[in-house]
Amino acid sequence: MKNEWPLWEVFIRGQHGMSHRHVGSLHAPDAEMAIKNARDVYTRRNEGVSIWVVEAAHIAASSPSDKGPLYEPSNSKVYRHPTFFDIPEDVGAM
Amino acid sequence: MYAQMIKTAGTGVKSPEEMTDQERAFQARIDADEKIEPKDWMPDDYRATLIRQIGQHAHSEIVGQLPEGNWITRAPTLERKAILLAKVQDEAGHGLYLYCAAETLGISRDELTEDLLSGKMKYSSIFNYPTLNWADMGAVGWLVDGAAIMNQVPLQRTSFGPYSRAMVRICKEESFHQRQGYDIMMKMCQGTEEQKQMAQDAMNRTWFPALMMFGPSDKDSVHSTQSMAWKIKINTNDELRQKFVDQTVPQAEYLGLTIPDENVKLNKKTGHYDYSEPDWSEFFEVIKGNGPCNTERLNARNKAWDDGKWVRDGLLAHARKKAARKASAKTAAE
Ligand SMILES: [Fe+2]
Ligand SMILES: [Fe+2]
Repeated sequence: MKNEWPLWEVFIRGQHGMSHRHVGSLHAPDAEMAIKNARDVYTRRNEGVSIWVVEAAHIAASSPSDKGPLYEPSNSKVYRHPTFFDIPEDVGAM
Repeated sequence: MYAQMIKTAGTGVKSPEEMTDQERAFQARIDADEKIEPKDWMPDDYRATLIRQIGQHAHSEIVGQLPEGNWITRAPTLERKAILLAKVQDEAGHGLYLYCAAETLGISRDELTEDLLSGKMKYSSIFNYPTLNWADMGAVGWLVDGAAIMNQVPLQRTSFGPYSRAMVRICKEESFHQRQGYDIMMKMCQGTEEQKQMAQDAMNRTWFPALMMFGPSDKDSVHSTQSMAWKIKINTNDELRQKFVDQTVPQAEYLGLTIPDENVKLNKKTGHYDYSEPDWSEFFEVIKGNGPCNTERLNARNKAWDDGKWVRDGLLAHARKKAARKASAKTAAE
């Protein structure tokens, strides 16, 4: 059996009410150690108030070749953007 | 810098006609300053070169802890000790960011570690020099981190996404490193005659090894041309070295220290400082393993790896046992 500690992806929420953001990865034997290591590796200068760790093997990701089929359709649906609609200036802020 | 003499894989830059469609599309993305991400298609040579470069960069951060670690227990004050400790801890972090970036290219952490420990992969020549007196902590922070910054700042724009992001994090932390070094030098230079002498001695020993960090001139190298086309190398070695000299000479003057090279003077025509080339035969000897501390450094890394084995294995065994217990409790409940 391979004896390398598994890889964990680290997500940190900064202090400004933002969502957690991916900051990098690290190796750790389990989730508890991954959080402890993440604190030392990624928050040495109070970069965050909350840490999530996810074992990298559990992340499902879209593949680059899906780029077209996955994201293309929304480009044709321009009406999803507020700028699609012309609202007269007299109506005021909207 | 921390990645020296990286052998670029391949035979040099291909013309658009020689490239396959995939290679042409790849180069076009790089030319358009798009970032290449791990799952994107990339030429094998780009991948192989990056593994070498990021791997060596990571190893340098890790081995680079040793010369400074040497002084943690002997720092002159508690404050200096805390600062040095924080700096060395940062370097461990830099190594970890970079190892993770290399791993996204398909090499494992253990493989990287084994290649460092066996001597197959190198780390920067600079860390094979000893740190003999406290002023060396000043010289290392000021000159060694200073030289590294020259290279790392442009690398923030490198084409490979994970490498670029690691460089952004690292650069944010580096300026503290250089400033704390210069601060040590200022204190020493404002101290007693003997302390100033220690600072001068550290400068004398560090100057040429710091210039060597940039590597020999590569302005005519086909390998560097390819790496620059891929944007995994941004400037030539000579450009960075000149920039470093230009920045450092006035800083030395402020300290009242003499650069150990009588050829250092401002060239009115070019606007840059002239300087003597370091002794490149010494550099190649150090790279080959014959520097003053090569054996000591590799032994220290090997010892740390071997001594830590029971911890790594024990924690993993514990984690596996815990996971198995959890799984069987779950089946029992069902
Ligand atoms: Fe560093
Ligand atoms: Fe540093």
